[in-house]
Amino acid sequence: MTRTLLTGNGAAAWGARLARIDYVPAFPITPQTEIIETLAGWIDTGAMTGRLVTMDSEHSMVTAAGAAATTGVRVFSATSSQGLLYGMEMLYAIAGWRAPLVLINVSRGLASPITLEPDHNDVLAARDCGFLQIHCATCQEVLDSVLIAYRLAEDRRVRLPVLVNLDGFYLSFTREPVVVPDQEAVDRFLPPHDPENIAFRAETPMSQGVAVLGGSAYSYFRYQMHLAAAKALTVYDEIAHEFADRFGRCHEAVECHHADDAEYLLVMMGSFATKAKEAVDRLRDQGLAIGLVRPRLIRPFPADHLREALAGKKGVAVIDQNLSPGQGGILHTELAAALSQGRPRPMPVLASFIGGLGGRNIGAEEFYEMARVIVEAAATGRPPAPRLLFSDEELREVRKLQAVARAAGRTGEERP
Amino acid sequence: MYRIRFHGRGGQGIKTASRILGTALFLAGFEVQDAPRYGAERRGAPIFAYVRADRRPINERGVITRPDLVAVADESLVSLPMAGVRQGLDHHAILLLHSATPPDTWQQRLNLAGPVITLALPAGDPGRPSHTPAARLVGAAARLLGSIDRQALEEAVMRELAALDQDDLAANLAATLAAYDETAAHHGAVREGAPISALDYRPPAWLVLPFEEARRAAPAIHAAATSVAVNTGLWRTARPVIDLHHCHRCWWLCSTFCPESAIAVGDDRSPAIDYDHCKGCMVCVAQCPAHAIHVRPETAADQGERS
Repeated sequence: MTRTLLTGNGAAAWGARLARIDYVPAFPITPQTEIIETLAGWIDTGAMTGRLVTMDSEHSMVTAAGAAATTGVRVFSATSSQGLLYGMEMLYAIAGWRAPLVLINVSRGLASPITLEPDHNDVLAARDCGFLQIHCATCQEVLDSVLIAYRLAEDRRVRLPVLVNLDGFYLSFTREPVVVPDQEAVDRFLPPHDPENIAFRAETPMSQGVAVLGGSAYSYFRYQMHLAAAKALTVYDEIAHEFADRFGRCHEAVECHHADDAEYLLVMMGSFATKAKEAVDRLRDQGLAIGLVRPRLIRPFPADHLREALAGKKGVAVIDQNLSPGQGGILHTELAAALSQGRPRPMPVLASFIGGLGGRNIGAEEFYEMARVIVEAAATGRPPAPRLLFSDEELREVRKLQAVARAAGRTGEERP
Repeated sequence: MYRIRFHGRGGQGIKTASRILGTALFLAGFEVQDAPRYGAERRGAPIFAYVRADRRPINERGVITRPDLVAVADESLVSLPMAGVRQGLDHHAILLLHSATPPDTWQQRLNLAGPVITLALPAGDPGRPSHTPAARLVGAAARLLGSIDRQALEEAVMRELAALDQDDLAANLAATLAAYDETAAHHGAVREGAPISALDYRPPAWLVLPFEEARRAAPAIHAAATSVAVNTGLWRTARPVIDLHHCHRCWWLCSTFCPESAIAVGDDRSPAIDYDHCKGCMVCVAQCPAHAIHVRPETAADQGERS
C-alpha cells in the first residue's frame, strides 16, 4: 500500500490495473484521454498485462467492449461527453446482453454551445440505458469505485455493466493524495471473473441480443434488467461493507455528512459535493444544524436510503449540476418522486437549485446563501422557485459577448 | 490552508511548477491538491495552476479566488485581464514575479495593498534558456512558504522531472535550488488564509435570468471576422522580426505560409507582420529562403516594436 498524489484520471487507470483487466477498447476525448494513455504506457512497458486496441469511434469502442465481455474476459473502457453520446446506441444494446464490464465517464458539458468543463448532463443522458452508475467525489473514490464496480457488475445477481463517473478538471486533472492498495489485497477482494455461462467462442457460436416480436418476451427481458438493477442496491451495500472491512474506506450508496442531527440538508452529487461539505462545516461553526447528503449510486436510485436520510428534516436544498430543459434539475425530480412514495411525513420543504453547469464555480458564499434560503423557506413552509446560480456580473459578461456576436434582441437595438 | 496560484504561458512549465510544489508539500507532511487550468492548449497562451495544502483533508475545490501567494512566471501577464493574475490580491496575499522592475514600482502601478517580491530574471541568453521560467519561480515559492526544506524540494523536482534527460533535469534543479537560496530573506513570508466566514460573508448578487427570444439567446455569432477582436498576439513569448535589408521581396512565401494570415505584403512587395495576431509559431522563419526573418524574445523586443 502506498499513498501518493494522483489525478482522477490516474486513479481510474490504477483501478483498472489493479483489477487485472484483460481488454481495453479505446478512443480519445478530452478530458478522458490521460486514462487510456496511462494504461497504454503500462501495457507497453509490461507493468501490466492486457490488450489495448484503439478504435475508430466511441460507437465501435462500446460495441467492442460489449462483444469482448460476452467472451467472459474482464473489460474496461473510458470516454466522456460527446463520446458517451456517440456510443449511446450501443450502451443500450450491450446492457441488454447482460455481460459485465466497467466504463469510466469523465463528465464534461454537452454541446451546444461547446465546452470542455464538467456538468452531469452527459452521464445522466445514459441514465436509462441499463448501466448502473456510481458517481465519485474524490480521486480516492475513483480508484476504489472501479474495484467495487467490477464486483457489482460481475455479481451473478446483477450481471449488468457499470459506469463510474468522475468530473472533468475538478477530478480528472486534479491531484490529491490517493492510497493505492496492494495487488494481493485487491486480488482477495476481487478474484478472477467467473463468467458462468457467458462463453462466446468462435468455435461455439451463439446469438446475442436476439429479435423478439410481439412485446411479451421483450417486456420480460427488459424488466429482468430492472429487477437486476434494483437487486444491485442490496448487493452494492454488501460489497461496500466488505470493501470497508478490507481497506478501511467506507463508500456507502449515500454519503451522509453531519446529516443525522441536521434540521437542514444540502443534496448533491459529484466532486462539487466536497465544496458543499466544506460549507456545511463552516455553517456548523456558526451553529446552524445543517448536513450534506450525497448519492453515490444514481442507478439503481437509492430511494430508501434517501428517504431515511431526509426523514424529519425541515428544509432541503437540492443542487443539480445538470438541467433537463422543460423540467429542471434531474436529481430534484427523482428525489421528489422518492419522497412521495412513503415516509417521511411531513415532507421537508424542497428547494431546487441549478448550479455548476459547464463547470461554473459554486462559491462558498453561494452555499451559505442557499442554506439561508432553505431556512427561510422552511419557516414559511413554502418551497422557493427553482433558481439558477447566476449573478448580474455574469449576465454583464454575456452581454459583452452578445455585443461582439451581434446577437439581436426583440427590437434589434443591439445591432449597430 | 495554503492557497497558491501560479500564472504563466503555455510552455513555461506552470503545470509542472504546481506539481513540484504539490509534491514538496506532500513530502513535508501536508494534505495537498494541485491542478492546472487550461483554456486554449497552445504554447504562449495564458494558463494557470493552483496548489492547496493543509494539515487536514481538503474539501475545497476548483479555482482559488482568495490566494495567499500568486506566483507569476511572465510579467507581461499582469496587465492582461484575461490572465486573471490580480484576482483576489488583497492586503495579505503576496505577489511573486520574475521582473527587473522593483517591487515598490509594481505596488504603485497596480495599487496593491499587499507585498510584492520580485525574482531576478535568469542570466544568459533568454532566447536559449537552460531551464524553464517556472523552475526558478517554484524554488522561490517554496522558500516563501517556509515549510519546505531544501531536501524535500530537491526530491520533488527529481520526481516530477524524472522523464527529462540528465542535463535538463540538472539545469532545472539547479535553477530551482538557486532561487530557493536567493529568496532566503523572505523565508516563511506567506500567511495561511482563513476560510470564507459563514457569518459575515458577502451574499452573491444572484438574479432571476430573464426570458429572451432565440434571436438573441442562441449561441451564434452573427458578425463576420470577430476573431480580429481577439488579440492572439498576446500569446507570443518570442516574435519573428523581418530584416528588410535582406528580404528578397519574393512577395509570397512568408505571407502564404503564415497560418494566421498575419503577414501582409504591400504594393512595394515589402512584408509586414501584424503583431496583434501573430502567435509566434515561427513558420515564416523556417520558410524564408533569404533567412531574413529573425526570432526575438518578447522580453527583448523594443518598445517601438510592441503591438
